[in-house]
Amino acid sequence: MKFKVNGDEIFASTGGRPFDKNKPLIIFVHGSGLTHMTWVLQTRYFAFHGYSVLALDLPGHGLSGGKSLKSIEDMADWINSVIDAVGYKEASLVGHSQGCLVTIECTARYPDKIKTLSLMGGAGAIPMNPELLALAENGDPKAVDLMMDWAHGPAGHFGGHPVPGLYHINTGGMLAKTRTIKDTLGVDFRACDNYKNGFEAAKKIKIPTLSILATDDKMCPVKEGKKLADLIEGSKVDIIDNCGHMMLLEEADRVLKVLKSFITTNYPTKN
Amino acid sequence: MSDKNKKGPESKTYKFDTLSLHAGYQPHKNAGSRQVPIYQTTSYLFDDVDHAAALFNLERGGHIYSRISNPTVGVLEERVASLEGGTAALATSSGMSAIFLTVMTLCEAGDHLVVSSQLYGGTVNLFRLTLPKFGIKCTFVKPRDTEGFKKAIQKNTKGIFGELVGNPGNELMNMPEVAKIAHDAGIPLIVDATYQTPYLCKPFEHGADIVVHSLTKWMAGHGSSMAGILVEGGNFDWMQNDKFPTMTKPYEGYHGLSFAEEFGPTAFTMKARAEGMRDFGPCLSPQNAWNVLQGIETLSVRMKKHCSNAEEMVKYLLNHESVAWVSHPSVPDHPDNALAKKLLPNGRGSMIAFGIKGGKDAGVAFINNVKLASHLANVGDTRTLVIHPASGTHSQMDEATLKFAGLSHDMIRLSVGIEDIDDIKNDFEVGFRAARKPRLVSNQ
Amino acid sequence: MSKNPETIALHGGDYRSDPATTAVAVPLYRTTSYQFNDTGHAANLFALKEFGNIYTRIMNPTNDVLEKRVAALEGGLAALTVGSGQAASTFAIMNVCQSGDNFISSTDLYGGTVNLFTHTLKKLGIECRYADPADPKNFEKLIDEKTRCFYAETLPNPYLRVFPIKEVADIGRKHNIPLIMDNTASPVICKPLEHGAAVVVHSLTKFIGGHGTVIGGCLVDGGNFDWTADPKRQPLFNEPDMSYGGAKWGEVVPQLTGANVSFAIRARVCLLRDLGAPLAPDNAWGIIQGLETAPLRMKQHCSNAEKAVDFLKKHKNVDRVIYPTLHEGEIAARSKKYFKGGNGALVGIEVKGGVEAGKKFIESLKMFYHVANIGDARSLAIHPATTTHSQLTEEELLAAGVTPGYVRLSIGIEHPDDIIADLNQALNQSGKPNLKAVG
Repeated sequence: MKFKVNGDEIFASTGGRPFDKNKPLIIFVHGSGLTHMTWVLQTRYFAFHGYSVLALDLPGHGLSGGKSLKSIEDMADWINSVIDAVGYKEASLVGHSQGCLVTIECTARYPDKIKTLSLMGGAGAIPMNPELLALAENGDPKAVDLMMDWAHGPAGHFGGHPVPGLYHINTGGMLAKTRTIKDTLGVDFRACDNYKNGFEAAKKIKIPTLSILATDDKMCPVKEGKKLADLIEGSKVDIIDNCGHMMLLEEADRVLKVLKSFITTNYPTKN
Repeated sequence: MSDKNKKGPESKTYKFDTLSLHAGYQPHKNAGSRQVPIYQTTSYLFDDVDHAAALFNLERGGHIYSRISNPTVGVLEERVASLEGGTAALATSSGMSAIFLTVMTLCEAGDHLVVSSQLYGGTVNLFRLTLPKFGIKCTFVKPRDTEGFKKAIQKNTKGIFGELVGNPGNELMNMPEVAKIAHDAGIPLIVDATYQTPYLCKPFEHGADIVVHSLTKWMAGHGSSMAGILVEGGNFDWMQNDKFPTMTKPYEGYHGLSFAEEFGPTAFTMKARAEGMRDFGPCLSPQNAWNVLQGIETLSVRMKKHCSNAEEMVKYLLNHESVAWVSHPSVPDHPDNALAKKLLPNGRGSMIAFGIKGGKDAGVAFINNVKLASHLANVGDTRTLVIHPASGTHSQMDEATLKFAGLSHDMIRLSVGIEDIDDIKNDFEVGFRAARKPRLVSNQ
Repeated sequence: MSKNPETIALHGGDYRSDPATTAVAVPLYRTTSYQFNDTGHAANLFALKEFGNIYTRIMNPTNDVLEKRVAALEGGLAALTVGSGQAASTFAIMNVCQSGDNFISSTDLYGGTVNLFTHTLKKLGIECRYADPADPKNFEKLIDEKTRCFYAETLPNPYLRVFPIKEVADIGRKHNIPLIMDNTASPVICKPLEHGAAVVVHSLTKFIGGHGTVIGGCLVDGGNFDWTADPKRQPLFNEPDMSYGGAKWGEVVPQLTGANVSFAIRARVCLLRDLGAPLAPDNAWGIIQGLETAPLRMKQHCSNAEKAVDFLKKHKNVDRVIYPTLHEGEIAARSKKYFKGGNGALVGIEVKGGVEAGKKFIESLKMFYHVANIGDARSLAIHPATTTHSQLTEEELLAAGVTPGYVRLSIGIEHPDDIIADLNQALNQSGKPNLKAVG
């Protein structure tokens, strides 16, 4: 659906079900340069099982209007504006990669609004490889190729997509090329590189938190993810073998199973 | 070493020859089996009622019924998608059904397509005579008439369809330019790349949006199994206009799903599967998918030999006293020689057309006397194949259509195999000898 | 040739042994193409002056054995195999209808066929009109000058009301409209062609294959319908086809073959040629194997189903049992009229306690498989409201007779005691309160 946030027309997938204000809200925040489509194998389940779902396209990304936000802090405030814009007082947040930085910062800033936090391939900081950052800022398609290489584990490199007929690396690559690389990936990578407040923000988080990490994740390695999780009181960690950073697609069923159990327990539907 | 010479990081995703052996399959998820298993099953057990509902609602990926998807067929789909550089693919029981499903996913009654006039005879029949019965009209444009494609576009045109190298006249369609024309009109370019395989040309790199193949031909190579596939490039923006409502508006056949919103770069394939395959049902058998996978393992090595043999045969035919003319993009005075070099840098393909001196009778005598070359209605076999279109594949066409398709009575179509080149030439000598005195040689 | 299905299943058609090697088992011709004898032979084949193998998309010797055998089993003159039952239904309609035409279908229909008819064929300008088969006259009311055929299933889910074949076929014949029957659920026990149907389609995946290993479909031409009697009614068989030098299929096929098989030939040389949904020879071979035991299996399916029905009728946790013989009046009489040797393997039940009890029942089954199929040698169960019929709107669901607690059973050929024991324990579970939290 489309709606206005801070004057920009924003798109969010509602998971194939009409948006219903009477149901608890889950917001999904995508990674650098990507779109709502990375969440297709998680959102539809929740939408069909008692939740209202918003898988967002960040400003300037995917089908959303506006310009890409330049810092993680701005994106965190923007998520808060989204919750207000759809008329909710609270929400559950799910982030992937850069989306983890955004949701951690958002939770730290708006502790009363955020009820659970789920981090997929998250870390306290995501310093960028300077060459990759330069390629992205120059709009070089090679940045996307490199990101797809590094972001995928064996499933991405060999295949075995959970949806029959889809091929991981090329699908991911096309998502990252939906808009101008320089204006999406370039801006996002710089925002990740600049963000230093992750560990401090994590210390402030007191809500139920889940981290899903993957053994072959080169972008946010398990060690880094654990370092972050250790700072969040009582947080749960789930580690997936033989899987890379694009766990939402590479091991979609496993991610959904863990996420389902975590959210339905800690943020149940009314029935 | 100075910084200047230092190369930046390179993507280490697998390359073509590796993908043709590995893409789409992970042994550790399949009992460690190094070779792809054949899942000769129709149905799949559901964990529970929720699991079943989740699959039917597209909440999760997975298999429901082998008409719609199958794990063995799925490996083939991913492998071809990876080789083409596409996002997704859907395999079908023949190349014709791949074209049919592509058209059905784009069009409905009242719609229109612009189509290159030089196509495989079966495809011509589909576009010219069968689709109009279901309300879908086509305008044919000669492959070299780039501007003609533009002029033929109407308000209700939903795509441009063509083969890169037309059959059987070997005329090239200027793919990058035609793609631009299509995109300016907000419609996709569909390319049948059967004759090239991704080894010779990846149409997505030249602007195509959907690629179809008859996998029966060079991709499989062995002539043992029928199969087709449609592959999606993932770059076409279905939402840029209101020409494709079944892709961009909530679809009543699937709980109000909007394929473009939900699946973006794989929307076309998802719709072709969820609607076209589900309802029309031309599914590929798992056994045939496996046979084609076997063929693809040797695609690169075969294509190299096909192309080198073809170039040898072109030279041989050009210098032969019994040959009136030779048509192949590698012939120096072929009008598309330069374009072919650009679009087909790894080889110009193994389809040759030539005219035999002595016309129709000589053609018949030649065909009936070669022993090694097989006379049959296929192309792209590992074995050398010959046919005389005027009396074979194109004999269903009336006189006007025959002419329109660029055929002549003396034309022999040759699909060069990967046998030893000397044996092919020796066999042709026998054929030419008979052709020079057709009446003296028995037809048996 | 024998009229007995047990013999037809093993010997039907003209195959005795392989001409090349004298092998008795049907050889698997896994080839795409066929060498022509000479150019004259090639020209004759393409011009349909002579029949023979050109290309496996259109015909294959292994498929040919299966086609002739299924035709013999149904008492038809010719058959055509295709890649799935769904492709068979598609071809059946597209072989007689073009854009602007309509056809009349029974409302009792497999969910996949409903999607094809209601949504997908509509996009090709072909309109499906639905008639309730409770009263055959409903078909007549919907006819207009653009109506090209009737379509129905012999034993349709979920009501399992046997279709009034002769009654509707007779109406059709008055107007020169052929009746196409989907006989997937009742091969051997019902022969629609004997009751006036013109064409039979099958999903071979089901009882004829029996093993649940391959997907396949076929169309059988009864050879009992005059396609030329009213040229305006059947334009595709009476107007020149420019893709074959202006051939009029209704005239040229009988002239060429000496048989009234225009429907089968047109579907093969036009639709398989252009739309291309061939059955893989491997799959044809798999189905030939299954067919050999189809008559024996059908007997066991039917007798097991009857025993299961007797048991289910008495179980306290079953609200209602649906089976062809359990209907009343004229509808029950139809099963006697049209079925010989059994009433099929399909049984519907409504589990006491609605959707939750239905779910619990399905998930408690230990031997029955929970899959989206019927006609496997193994017993199968499914909950249509959440699976096969989940793509239909609520109105369409109710129109198709699917209630929340309804469970469809396809009774297999296991020992009946084991089938009943599994049903019994699952039904007992379905009545117990759910102690586990619903995940």
